[in-house]
Amino acid sequence: MIEIKDITKTYGSGDTAFQALKGVSFTIDDGEFVAIMGPSGSGKSTTMHILGCLDTPTSGTYLLDGKDVSTMDDEELADIRKDKIGFVFQSFNLLPRTTVLRNVMLPLIYAGVGEEERERRATESLLAAGLSETHFMHKSNELSGGQIQRVAIARALVNDPSLVLADEPTGNLDTKTGEIVLGTFQKLNQEHGRTIVLITHEPDIAQHAKRIITVRDGLVVSDINHNQRIAPHHDA
Amino acid sequence: MTLKDTLEETYAALSANKVRSGLTVLGIVIGISSVIALVSIGQGAQSSVSASIQSIGSNLLIVMPGSQRGPGFQASAGRGSAKTLTQGDADAIASTVSSVQSVASEITGRYQVTAAGTNTNTTVDGVSSSYPQVRNVQVDEGSFISDEQNQSLAKVAVLGPTTVSDLFATGTEAVGQTIRIKGMEFKVIGTTVSKGGSGFSNQDDIIYIPVQTAARFLSGDSHLSTIDIQATDANSMTQVQTDATTLLSTRHNIASGASADFSILNQADILATASSVTQTFTILLGAVAGISLLVGGIGIMNMMLTTVTERTREIGLRKAIGAKKSDINRQFLIEAVTLTLIGGTIGVALGSGISLLVSALGVVQTSLSFSSIALAFGVSAAIGIAFGYYPAQRAATLNPIDALRYE
Repeated sequence: MIEIKDITKTYGSGDTAFQALKGVSFTIDDGEFVAIMGPSGSGKSTTMHILGCLDTPTSGTYLLDGKDVSTMDDEELADIRKDKIGFVFQSFNLLPRTTVLRNVMLPLIYAGVGEEERERRATESLLAAGLSETHFMHKSNELSGGQIQRVAIARALVNDPSLVLADEPTGNLDTKTGEIVLGTFQKLNQEHGRTIVLITHEPDIAQHAKRIITVRDGLVVSDINHNQRIAPHHDA
Repeated sequence: MTLKDTLEETYAALSANKVRSGLTVLGIVIGISSVIALVSIGQGAQSSVSASIQSIGSNLLIVMPGSQRGPGFQASAGRGSAKTLTQGDADAIASTVSSVQSVASEITGRYQVTAAGTNTNTTVDGVSSSYPQVRNVQVDEGSFISDEQNQSLAKVAVLGPTTVSDLFATGTEAVGQTIRIKGMEFKVIGTTVSKGGSGFSNQDDIIYIPVQTAARFLSGDSHLSTIDIQATDANSMTQVQTDATTLLSTRHNIASGASADFSILNQADILATASSVTQTFTILLGAVAGISLLVGGIGIMNMMLTTVTERTREIGLRKAIGAKKSDINRQFLIEAVTLTLIGGTIGVALGSGISLLVSALGVVQTSLSFSSIALAFGVSAAIGIAFGYYPAQRAATLNPIDALRYE
């Protein structure tokens, strides 16, 4: 459960200060599949960083599973990322020259999980992300773009996070492979009840989510659930 | 993160760029091995100089005619050129000074020596029968000069190994042969065991004859060129030196404070001077090698800094999935330390190898000490930590967002 309230984020200070977020509030329940959409410079990346505990807001509160993470220091944020958040990035997602299995196990290594346990959980995640066991011992640079993204999804799931955060996960993929990856997210959401937040600037991609939050100029301009979304909604 | 996991990560990271890791390690290898090799050569030289000073005798005081001079490089009036010492002085020392084990007198000169068609110019040392004991000379074949031969002015000679090979063909039995010194026939009655050359003088290129014979037939007067005094033990050397100085001053009518017409050289002083010279030499060698070790360390730092820059996105990724500052810091530090330890191990092996090779080739007898190996190893680990610290710190403090965005 994510509750963010009046989040602002200002970069720099004085004359050069730039306010990326001007008071963003929304709530995401467990099991939701939300797309945060907006053009570049809209503040969606900043939102993503704050949601992913990579950055803290200048003001406002962020409750993750009831815990206020908006005032935590670096070390505490690292713990939150380790335990509660799974990331899928646009590019440079996996460690090069490292096996698929070890890539997926990496968060568990940092969490100090034992060897047998982490292999079991990594295998489970990889299968859930639609990877077949024949690929487990492949090096990450021997995989196709779609496979890489699914390994990244498996890694994001392996620590059983409260939130899977995907930042333009299809940005480097062709449409067909992108569909497969998005299908994987949908499946994880529907069948496993995973909370997924998708950051994208493409409306087509956002359509795959059940709910679309549109951000522009540091403010939420629309927040539409799938049921209400009969016609694509564009705020001025 | 367990140690095993950290080491696995380290292995993966270092083997990712084997050439670069190898070259970085090479820097440390050169540094460590040169420290070990050069220090062992220096220490070897030190002990070989000490050994050759010890080989001239033990607890030895050498009385020489001429003015007082200290050990070291000083203009000398020429050993033996002044004629102030007599056999009476030697006898007086032997009979009156306490803690004296033995006294030997010498008359030294260089003469042309011939034997059966060969000839050489060598040191002819007229010595008393106590000389082998005082000056640590061992007889190889035959016998040494006796008191009777001294009293009877016998024309007998004991040859050093170099002189034997200079005068006689290989395989010839020297004992029993006749040689000519300054035209006079001498019978060879013995040969000595090699003592080895030491620096400027070859102690094996020598002929010993009775001191009285030398006085009568070679030098023409009875003045001694050296009196060797052997003290009973190392502790009494200073006392013997003082007593002998007092005795000789009295005998030579030298008022206290006036410049003496003889000088007494203490073996301990020579040893101390020689040690301090070779020690300086060792420190110099070590310092030069230390500089190459430092350069190797900077190589490590350079590589680690490059690595941190290259792997910025990887660091960001690791942080995003839960790595803490301490995890990243430790990972990079361990990479640096691993590099230096690998370099240190190879360097110790290579340095020891070079040192053994130098010994085997007979250049200098090197002495490889455990402490210098331990020191080199410790230094390499310390270099890893010292030069790895800054890059690791830089990696650890990278902001994950900036790191992920880094192109």
